[in-house]
Amino acid sequence: MDYFLKLFLSGTAKGSIYALIALGYTMVYGIIQLINFAHGEVYMIGGFTALIFGGFFYTMGMPVWMVLLLSVILAVLFSAAFGFTIERIAYRPLRNKPRLSALISAIGISMILQNFVLLAQTEKYLSYPSYLPEFAFLQPFRQYINSTQFIILVVTAIIMIFLTILIKFTRIGKAMRATAQDKYMAQLVGVNINQVISITFIIGSALAAVGGVLICSYMGQINYYIGFVAGIKAFVAAVLGGIGSIPGAVLGSFILGWTESLGTGYISSDYEDAFAFIILILILVLKPDGILGKNQKQKV
Amino acid sequence: MKIRTLFSELAKALGNAIWFLVLLFPLMVMKVNVIGGKALVTFRWNFVPVLFITAFVLSFIWKRALIWNEHRQDKIPSQTFSYKIKVTLQLYFKNKAIKIGSTLLLIAFVGVFPFLFGMYHTNVMITAFIYVILALGLNIVVGLGGLLNLGYAAFFAVGAYTYGLLWKYVGPSFVSAGVDTGWLFWIALPLAGIIATIFGILLSLPVLRLRGDYLAIITLAFGEIVRMVLQNSGQITGGATGISLIPRPWFFGMKLAPKQAAVYIYYIVVVLVIFTIYVVRRIEDSRVGRALEAMREDEIACQAMGIDLVRNKLITFALGAFFAGIAGVVLAAQTTYINPDSFTLWESIIILMAIVIGGTGSIPGAIGGAMLLKLLPEYFRPLAQYRMLIYGVAMILVIIFKSDGLLPRHRKQYTFEEKSDSNASAGAAK
Repeated sequence: MDYFLKLFLSGTAKGSIYALIALGYTMVYGIIQLINFAHGEVYMIGGFTALIFGGFFYTMGMPVWMVLLLSVILAVLFSAAFGFTIERIAYRPLRNKPRLSALISAIGISMILQNFVLLAQTEKYLSYPSYLPEFAFLQPFRQYINSTQFIILVVTAIIMIFLTILIKFTRIGKAMRATAQDKYMAQLVGVNINQVISITFIIGSALAAVGGVLICSYMGQINYYIGFVAGIKAFVAAVLGGIGSIPGAVLGSFILGWTESLGTGYISSDYEDAFAFIILILILVLKPDGILGKNQKQKV
Repeated sequence: MKIRTLFSELAKALGNAIWFLVLLFPLMVMKVNVIGGKALVTFRWNFVPVLFITAFVLSFIWKRALIWNEHRQDKIPSQTFSYKIKVTLQLYFKNKAIKIGSTLLLIAFVGVFPFLFGMYHTNVMITAFIYVILALGLNIVVGLGGLLNLGYAAFFAVGAYTYGLLWKYVGPSFVSAGVDTGWLFWIALPLAGIIATIFGILLSLPVLRLRGDYLAIITLAFGEIVRMVLQNSGQITGGATGISLIPRPWFFGMKLAPKQAAVYIYYIVVVLVIFTIYVVRRIEDSRVGRALEAMREDEIACQAMGIDLVRNKLITFALGAFFAGIAGVVLAAQTTYINPDSFTLWESIIILMAIVIGGTGSIPGAIGGAMLLKLLPEYFRPLAQYRMLIYGVAMILVIIFKSDGLLPRHRKQYTFEEKSDSNASAGAAK
């Protein structure tokens, strides 16, 4: 039972991080039906930016909590700016083109960003210094959960609550939901589509940056290539829950996290990634639109 | 262009340059290195002016290019330069002698290629042709059937491993019986096609109910699972180290030097490419091809017309997989060594890119796209480390400025030609 609880909690922590990335995927997909392959790269850039600024502020001699705060804020800002710029350059000119074109453009951006970071920074794995604090009150539970996992859970929970409020109760949230439902109708009633899409990219990228900082602290290392794998996994999570649905992305991410964690714990660690894909196939065969996806009637 | 608009554009470009300077500052100017658990940052101030000027110039050009691109689409097609070239070319190609002559010239060039250029270029060309087969096969699935497949490399792997495993398990008995191991290639070629087809049908069974992106992700999952199984079942497939020393194809019992073998495989792959083109062309205008196109356009309307969707989807996946299987055998024979790393998701993505950049659904497009994507990085080797960066940039440029692909597909049109008015017929024949 102890072993199960430990695996379950580590799966939850993993799932929370997937959720932060999957939300960006699913929000963008909900609005412009694009699989944003570059999203994983934004997350990687978030991790790198935090590392760079963290190192800079630390050598300046700032206290650790301030280093942490400033580097996370800057990482979020820069990733959001990256998301915004990517949309402007690579997706906006293709808005009215076949969907495959935008997908190829997204893959192109993904390659550019990966190689840009590879050339401008390094091709090596860098160990990621953790500025996250250790909590004393977690000592009795340390066989189940460590401080980093605890922070991940808390941060994700807070972000989820904010995001729900943003989407359910604010003006921009309403505009986003309207755009997702029907772009042309939303335009007719005076929603500025371009603005809504930009804001979606900004929010999605900011969430990815938080995810990037958290997972790099958790894993303890960073590399230019980490975005690709994490991006694919988050995409799987988003599809699992029903792509375009925000609660679905969260649920899918948790299912993915638990499956991986329990699968590696009880069966074999060689097939860590395969568990995610097998559960994906099983769920999609039983429920083709994902767990919480709307079963859309197709019309001629 | 008026002076005022020029100034306002320059001002905008300046603004963009500042934006990019700020955006790229942490990654370009600051360089991080982690030593002993501490992140150390060094500054590279000399990048600042370079970055600023590059961003300024590029954003100015980018703006002009986008405007040009929009106006280009506004123009009446018959007045554009490219259209005139196309019409003239078509007029020339109507001439039988020119058509046959240019075809013969192409065949002759392909035929003598390995003797004109060295072994290196022959090998590069073999790889490019393998990708042509793959692109044509995927083109049936994505271009004709409209089913986005992100796990195509799995079938490629199935083909290559069919040959590899045949060599590993049946090869020793061939050796002990004194039979030339080169025969294995000729056994593997049809066998791999069949096994890959079976895999294609197996994959298509769970995906019959899925549409669009769900289909894409489930094919992606399938591709990754196949790769992981190959990687982790070490006793059977050799695991991450793969299978090596795969024999080259049989050639009248002769022991071929590597160079001769390359030439030989080159001709085999050329024949296979021609076979693939022939089959795909025949499929395109057949009953099945028409049904697939109808399915791509609208599944429900297609069902209403009495087309069996299940059957057609099965056929699509099976056909696509068949060609990938064949290509896999050729790859194994060429490199004589296979391991799971050759069949990653990137491989599937590159094949998909080839057909989208070439023009989805178009046969010349798939051929051109595959050649471009495989030859370009090969001959960009001097720029080695910037290669992938240029690759990505080129892809985005192609897709933004020519989103139908470089050689888009033209539907067959039956035009009414008036006998007396030759001008009208030239204009109508599209």
